[in-house]
Amino acid sequence: MSTVFLGDIDPAGRAGHEDHPPRMGFFTDTSVCIGCKACEVACKEWNAIPEDGIDFTGMSYDNTQGLGGSTWRHVAFIEQAKPLAAQVPGVQHPAGEPADLRWLMASDVCKHCTQAACLDVCPTGALFRTEFGTVVVQEDVCNGCGYCVPACPYGVIDQRKDDGRAWKCTLCYDRLGEGLEPACAKACPTESIQYGPLEELRRRATDRVEHLHRNGVTDARLYGEDPHDGVGGAGAFFLLLDEPEAYGLPPDPIVTTRDLPDMWKHVGMAAAALVALAVGAFGAGR
Amino acid sequence: MPSLGASFGRGGATTFQQDLQNSDCIVIEGSNMAECHPVGFQWVMEAKARGATVIHVDPRFTRTSALADLHVPLRAGSDIVFLGGLINYVLSNDKYFREYVVHYTNGPAILREDFRDTEDLDGVFSGLDPDSRTYDPSTWQYEGMEVQAASGQRDQEYGDTGAGPASTAARGHAMGSGGAAIGGLQPPRDETMQHPRCVFQVLKRHFARYTPEMVQDVCGIPPQLFERVATAVTDNSGRDRTTEFVYAVGWTQHTVGVQYIRTAAILQLLLGNIGRPGGGILALRGHASIQGSTDIPTLFNLLPGYIPMPHAHKDETLDSFLDAESTDKGYWAEMRSYLVSLLKSYWGPAATPENDFCFDYLPRLTGSHSTYETVQSQIDGETKGYFLYGENPAVGSANARRQRLGLSNLDWLVVRDFSLIESATWWQNGPEIESGEMRAEDIGTEVFFLPAAAQTEKDGSFTNTQRMLQWHHQAVEPAGDARSDLWFTYHLGRLIREKLAGSDDEMDRPLLDLTWDYPTSGSQAEPVAEAVLAEINGWDAEGRPLSSYEQLHGDGSTACGCWIYCGVYAGGENQAARRKPASEQDWVANEWGWAWPANRRILYNRASADPDGRPWSERKALVWWDEDSAQWTGHDVPDFAAHTSPWHRPADGARGAEALSGIDPFVMQADGKAWLFAPAGLTDGPLPAHYEPQDSPVDNPLYAQQRSPVRLVTAPRDDNRYQPSGSEPGSDVFPYVTTTYRLTEHHTAGGMSRFLPYLAELQPAMFCEISPELAQERGVEPGGWATIVTARGAIEARVLVTRRISPITVRGRVLHQVGLPYHWGANGLSTGDAANELAHLSLDPNVHIQEVKALACDIRPGRRPRGAARDRLVADYQRRAGITERTGTEQ
Amino acid sequence: MSIRTFLGGWPVMRQATEGDALGRGRAAMSRKTEQLSSRIATADKVVKSVCPYCAVGCGQNVYVSGDKVVQIEGDPDSPVSRGRLCPKGSATLQLTTGCAREYGVLYRRPHGTAWERLELDKAMDMIADRVIKSRREGWQWESGGKRVRRTMGIASLGGATLDNEENYLIKKLFTAMGAIQIENQARI
Repeated sequence: MSTVFLGDIDPAGRAGHEDHPPRMGFFTDTSVCIGCKACEVACKEWNAIPEDGIDFTGMSYDNTQGLGGSTWRHVAFIEQAKPLAAQVPGVQHPAGEPADLRWLMASDVCKHCTQAACLDVCPTGALFRTEFGTVVVQEDVCNGCGYCVPACPYGVIDQRKDDGRAWKCTLCYDRLGEGLEPACAKACPTESIQYGPLEELRRRATDRVEHLHRNGVTDARLYGEDPHDGVGGAGAFFLLLDEPEAYGLPPDPIVTTRDLPDMWKHVGMAAAALVALAVGAFGAGR
Repeated sequence: MPSLGASFGRGGATTFQQDLQNSDCIVIEGSNMAECHPVGFQWVMEAKARGATVIHVDPRFTRTSALADLHVPLRAGSDIVFLGGLINYVLSNDKYFREYVVHYTNGPAILREDFRDTEDLDGVFSGLDPDSRTYDPSTWQYEGMEVQAASGQRDQEYGDTGAGPASTAARGHAMGSGGAAIGGLQPPRDETMQHPRCVFQVLKRHFARYTPEMVQDVCGIPPQLFERVATAVTDNSGRDRTTEFVYAVGWTQHTVGVQYIRTAAILQLLLGNIGRPGGGILALRGHASIQGSTDIPTLFNLLPGYIPMPHAHKDETLDSFLDAESTDKGYWAEMRSYLVSLLKSYWGPAATPENDFCFDYLPRLTGSHSTYETVQSQIDGETKGYFLYGENPAVGSANARRQRLGLSNLDWLVVRDFSLIESATWWQNGPEIESGEMRAEDIGTEVFFLPAAAQTEKDGSFTNTQRMLQWHHQAVEPAGDARSDLWFTYHLGRLIREKLAGSDDEMDRPLLDLTWDYPTSGSQAEPVAEAVLAEINGWDAEGRPLSSYEQLHGDGSTACGCWIYCGVYAGGENQAARRKPASEQDWVANEWGWAWPANRRILYNRASADPDGRPWSERKALVWWDEDSAQWTGHDVPDFAAHTSPWHRPADGARGAEALSGIDPFVMQADGKAWLFAPAGLTDGPLPAHYEPQDSPVDNPLYAQQRSPVRLVTAPRDDNRYQPSGSEPGSDVFPYVTTTYRLTEHHTAGGMSRFLPYLAELQPAMFCEISPELAQERGVEPGGWATIVTARGAIEARVLVTRRISPITVRGRVLHQVGLPYHWGANGLSTGDAANELAHLSLDPNVHIQEVKALACDIRPGRRPRGAARDRLVADYQRRAGITERTGTEQ
Repeated sequence: MSIRTFLGGWPVMRQATEGDALGRGRAAMSRKTEQLSSRIATADKVVKSVCPYCAVGCGQNVYVSGDKVVQIEGDPDSPVSRGRLCPKGSATLQLTTGCAREYGVLYRRPHGTAWERLELDKAMDMIADRVIKSRREGWQWESGGKRVRRTMGIASLGGATLDNEENYLIKKLFTAMGAIQIENQARI
């Protein structure tokens, strides 16, 4: 694989935000998630997202099933016949025989990639990079072309059936500007969802993993925090207790537009030419 | 919560949620805290982060278990054996906190010679009258004590269970705030606790057979798992460490529910964990103001502040009532002040010394008048009008069908709610309409649905699970016809009084003399809630707000609507509305809201110090005696007379609060001590004993007495059949145990959740939870449908097969359990059958609570039959099990 | 419109002039996005409240614009909840302002098969009449030879979701009416 990735770049600065605030993000520590789904509801209340289907799945307590146009936080429930460090689950399968069991819960969300393919492919400028380094769809610009949907390596962004436009987590862009934290992080009863400057979150996460390892939770690992991964690091990253696949996350996500950077250098020239043309046209029209 | 009342003196949680962070070990049992109280659970997580051990004891591995260090599955309905096993472990291994037990509990107190334990009488205590099926508790008293004043020794009649001189059925709950009365003398004590009749020795003998092997046999808990709990709890108790117990309705909703909590109270007292940081027993309640609705009760047997409602007697006067009900020692000696002040706030100037302050205006009880008797009264045609305030009994009460039969037989019904709940629409789409048993045209009940205002649309206070009142302010006026219950009740009273004005009928005097002139405001003429709060708080003869119940008098010079809330409006300021940010206070946060009594956050906190008034350890310091200022001081408001030194001993003849010594931390108790053994106040025994649930698939190995001998059973009725128990023939028709519960995503009977899209989509349908083994045994398809059957009904549910439900081995056989969340009904966005169709009406005799946490059932694949075929299915089960009207009603 | 204004708003121009060569950041922001503000920042007032669901007693901030509640969130000042809410508490806005609420009195006459509308004042008057009648019909001065001074004609259920002040008035009024069958969820 050719190394086209830029590592810990400054996405907001590269997107023209001068004197921008530090890059903000989510650290979702699934080791303290109680699966209450407050994040799902708080998100929907704040963003006025429609109900997304009232269907019983029979799959643990997950009736939400996944992220989508009308679900921007999704709590996964994974029941496993595995031990969780020194935890004693007490259950017996078959009767009388101690059995391993752990119940993992994890709140998934848009990763706000450093290299965001959805944004790369958006032809209308509906998707944009905010001054906080997050990736947001502008509902007044989106025309519902849907190019972004297959571009996302995580399957996060999706179109709503009724209006066709693409929707996903905005990291509560309308709250951040006023110094407020995103609705999900604010509601989270156990601080499983933490919001803050990405650098600080990464430090906190590293400490947390070390703490868990010292306490025998050797499965603990971070997902999406590495600036050198296939999406240049995620603005929303996770502490997981199993392989990403167990949570329905791709193990090695790659920005689907990884060859685009080679083309970017041409874009500037093209834009300049367009400006010249436009000015000419404007002048001609007077 | 009479078990906490009888054990410690007050019926509220002994501590507050934030104090969980100070625990070294937290045992959550009878509660699924992470799911049902998620935001409170942050304090468990806080403790865990500080190194505490978290234990969850529950039939199911839940979201609470997922975060615990140790999950202990047990058979639903067996907790007394498990907790009794821990008590036995503590006693037989000398793990108890001796100094605490000797000084602060009744462990040294000596009992009467004629007391007989369940060990002596194979499962019953002395005093049982088999005919009335009630206990005469006089033999449970301390040696040489008068029993005349013992709570519940009143000659009341008691409905179906018959009248008896010792019937106490409606009285236990009155111990919500006050300890039971025991008369004026101090019991004889043996400080060495060696006397064979002292409480400590009786306790030892009583629990001696609650061994780890018995725990395994009855609960299905392997000995090594039991040992881990016992070690964790005892290692984390003592001078320097504390363990806290957390429970909810998983403990209360049994025919012996009160005794579940008693068992935990005894254990916590032996370990010295009451009144101390990180210790105590935290009762987690499930509605915003359910604590408030017992403090200021909408309950039949209580007046505000846990003053008992009077029962019918010949020639009863205020004096004779108080003689019988108040104590000689402790704060219940002042009951006259509390009651007269209440009567003054009800009837104002009309209440005078000459007319006993209108004591005669109080209607009298004759036995139990709980909701289940009320339903019978509706079916019998005696009760004709019914108000439902934010409650949905058509799906939310045990044996929901009976509730609907009651509703169908009313003249009129008023439903006050947000949405059209099942209790408003049973005549349109209830199960009896579906089956064809009833038609709307045949139901004569006139129904008024009046939309209610939300908390954002009115001023008022809620009392949360830690006895803390918090004020919510009106943000907007309610729209349309929506109104607060304050508005409804005030204006209904106003209209009734206007219509009766001028009546000279004696029966109308209490209504016409009532003080009912509350100020109103706004375009809707909303009563001013703060004016009501001021009346609850009370005022003196000049109308000045009182600041403490110690200012109340029994001469009519003070008025107070609820004595334990006195002080919530001190200085004319709404103390419940205080909101000093947490970040500006210490961890106790005494300036946020207001907690009864007297803004104390940890009750009995005198016990956090040793007999000499010094903290048991620096790490666990809370309040202590400050020699320099000669008063109690510390982080919390001392729950003790501020200037009573640790060395104070009362003079002979002292009474009331004056009679408390410096080492009597349980100031509401008639002897100042916490009760390991309850000589009064409980109807079903001074000590907990294990009885099987009403419907159980197994025999009781501890005693020949299978079920509680004094549990309440209804008169034989077709719609409330009980099942054979244990090894009785036909019991195997219902081979599984089911337990009902809540989920995070819904609330109680669903009136505030099933109608909301954002919550409905998270748990979209009624379902059951079963193990893979049971699914295979019964051929039930994961994700498909199953039908669950008891002798009362059959319901269908979607199927969630999970290894979180564990088969357990009980009495040598493999037993499967079925989990049933109970949120559903026919209305709203998320729908399904109501689990309460399966439940019977056999009740705890202290509090009349139903047993929905442990029922025997069968499960079969597929959806239930529709229409009349559903009833035929249930009838077929009854026939196969040989059920008659007598089944399960024996003592 | 000047050419500067016209071009200034055009993404291509902004790409070139705002250091956003790729047109995926600053330059792509729509006017609406630039003017974005949160509805809690623009609210007229914040009202202190308490969650209406369970008994944890979480603090809530209720944001009001005009005469409408526009948002409800946890109150960070609360020492119990520290600003957090569970899914039910987080749904309080939908509970209190959503489509499930009824705002009109509904009446079902005896043996009726459908709801009818009724004026609130009329309903209150009818209920008061029925209370007086049933109270009288169920009245007992004595029971078993003992004075009871009560009515068995009326009963009430509910209270655990109500305010203390509401429970106080209910207990006071019903006791004065002589009704004893007053119950709530505390033992349900």
